[in-house]
Amino acid sequence: MPEIFVLAEHRQGAIRDITFEMLTKAHEIAEKTNKELTAVILGKDVQAHAKTLAEYAKTVILIQDPKLENFNSEAYKKTLTKLVTEHKPTLVMMGHTSYGIELAPRLAAALNTPLATDIIDLAFEGDTLTVTRQMYGGKVNVKATLHKAETYMTTIRQATFAAQKPAQPANGQITETPSPLAEEITEKRFIQYVLPPPGGVDITAAEKLIGIGRGIKDQANMPQMEELAKTLGAVLACSRPIVDKGWLPNDRQVGSSGKTVKPKLYIAIGISGAFQHVLGMKSSDLIIAINKDPKAPIFSFADYGIIEDLFKIVPSLKNKVYELKGQKT
Amino acid sequence: MDIIVCVKHVPETAEAELKIDQTGKNVEKTGLVYDINEWDDYALEEAVRIKEKLGGTVTAITMGAQDSESTLRKCLARGADTAIRLTDPKFENSDAYATAKILHSTIKNLHYDLILTGMQAGDDGNAAVGPILAEMLAIPHATMVKKLELDTGTAKVNRELEGGLEEQLEIKLPALVSVQTGINEPRYVSIMGIRKAMQKEIKVMALADTGLTENDVGIAGSWISIDKLYVPPVEKQAEFLKGTPDEIATKIAEILKSRGLI
Repeated sequence: MPEIFVLAEHRQGAIRDITFEMLTKAHEIAEKTNKELTAVILGKDVQAHAKTLAEYAKTVILIQDPKLENFNSEAYKKTLTKLVTEHKPTLVMMGHTSYGIELAPRLAAALNTPLATDIIDLAFEGDTLTVTRQMYGGKVNVKATLHKAETYMTTIRQATFAAQKPAQPANGQITETPSPLAEEITEKRFIQYVLPPPGGVDITAAEKLIGIGRGIKDQANMPQMEELAKTLGAVLACSRPIVDKGWLPNDRQVGSSGKTVKPKLYIAIGISGAFQHVLGMKSSDLIIAINKDPKAPIFSFADYGIIEDLFKIVPSLKNKVYELKGQKT
Repeated sequence: MDIIVCVKHVPETAEAELKIDQTGKNVEKTGLVYDINEWDDYALEEAVRIKEKLGGTVTAITMGAQDSESTLRKCLARGADTAIRLTDPKFENSDAYATAKILHSTIKNLHYDLILTGMQAGDDGNAAVGPILAEMLAIPHATMVKKLELDTGTAKVNRELEGGLEEQLEIKLPALVSVQTGINEPRYVSIMGIRKAMQKEIKVMALADTGLTENDVGIAGSWISIDKLYVPPVEKQAEFLKGTPDEIATKIAEILKSRGLI
């Protein structure tokens, strides 16, 4: 029976969520199209992880080697090239994460295996694989077909598929396979994890957040955003471009590479709503979005939307909030 | 230090409203403003900074039609020494794999210590060309790089992981590094730079100059083909507040008050 490989992603002793999201989706595809689900885990002292994966997959391939202790795309590439060549799985899935982005294209090139990245949906029609992905920061969806091959490779967007523990544990067979890595990988070496120095404000603890994005346009416009936040008793947070420009420190960034927040109020100002940002704020209790573009993806996640120039709304809003607060006291 | 920077000429769409064109396989390009891909802009800046510090050359390379010359001009104005444009009608619809083959066909003949590029492009967002190219050139690579320090024969890089974490790696040179935005602050172009750049020659190469065949490029040489584009279905839509800015502000304030947020 053809196999689906899900590459388990783990870091600092924990299996990452994307792994279970992929396993759940892969299980569904396997059931529907008569395939077998195999989880693959590479690492050092990860037997416990393999046991967890065995609850989801029929087979768990476990490869342990001190050289695989920390993620290293070269070590992973060499190991997986051998494994995929031997097993010829029909599909290899990994996360569209900092690890998958580093590994998948290079592994696909080494194997000459068609690759589709950042997938939000996928389906087999016979032995053809079609995928759905996005372009232009999530403003357009794309249906695409991978060119016929024995093995296809995909990287799966995070938080796209819900992770679900199987009702009946799969009781998978754990197969420990010897590591093919004979020598140290010298061309690429892991040194250490680096945590950016903590800043003064913890946005994850704030009840009200004002998230600002690219639409702010100029640093000269920052004071009026700060004033609005102050009037509202809110804390300023932001999407990536604001941190890139150095207008706010990086501990204010909301999204997949920043913080995940869940405040009572999130006002998104000048944020288009690329999934990387949305991932970090979509669970907020009340979301209000202000954006000029009526098709901005942020409006699909907001409770209230305002299609207008933010520089017209922000001053008025500050005044109204100020007035209302005045009445209270 | 000889550096090659791979760049792409893309439409700016962060604030644009996009429509699907008649073919159904592309967006309507009229009215869109094109510029250097945002991530590549940081890669270019990084290359120029390294050159300023250590000496050497910067070569900018792109695959694209005539209009992408403006992006190469920008690279030259910002400090690149030479520019190469790979262009051929047969290159159209190349995916990340075919694009990497085309870039590889030229880069393999150049001298370089470092190849820099953006970690992804703002249009197709594949985040794949860099590592594929590195595999073809058999050199190490690192993606999503937020900090790059060069030493003799090696580079130390900080890669962005999830949740604010980074990892530090050491890679041997020559290497390919794809950068994340925020690695530096791209400079503005000086008038002098623009004037000087206008006089520089852009080398243009077509399929026949690459040693590749028709089957290596375009859809035939790709891993994936686009069937159709469509506007994402709206699963949930915000309730839109309308009126003058003052009226809208009043409505927002009332909503906040009713929820005890003011």
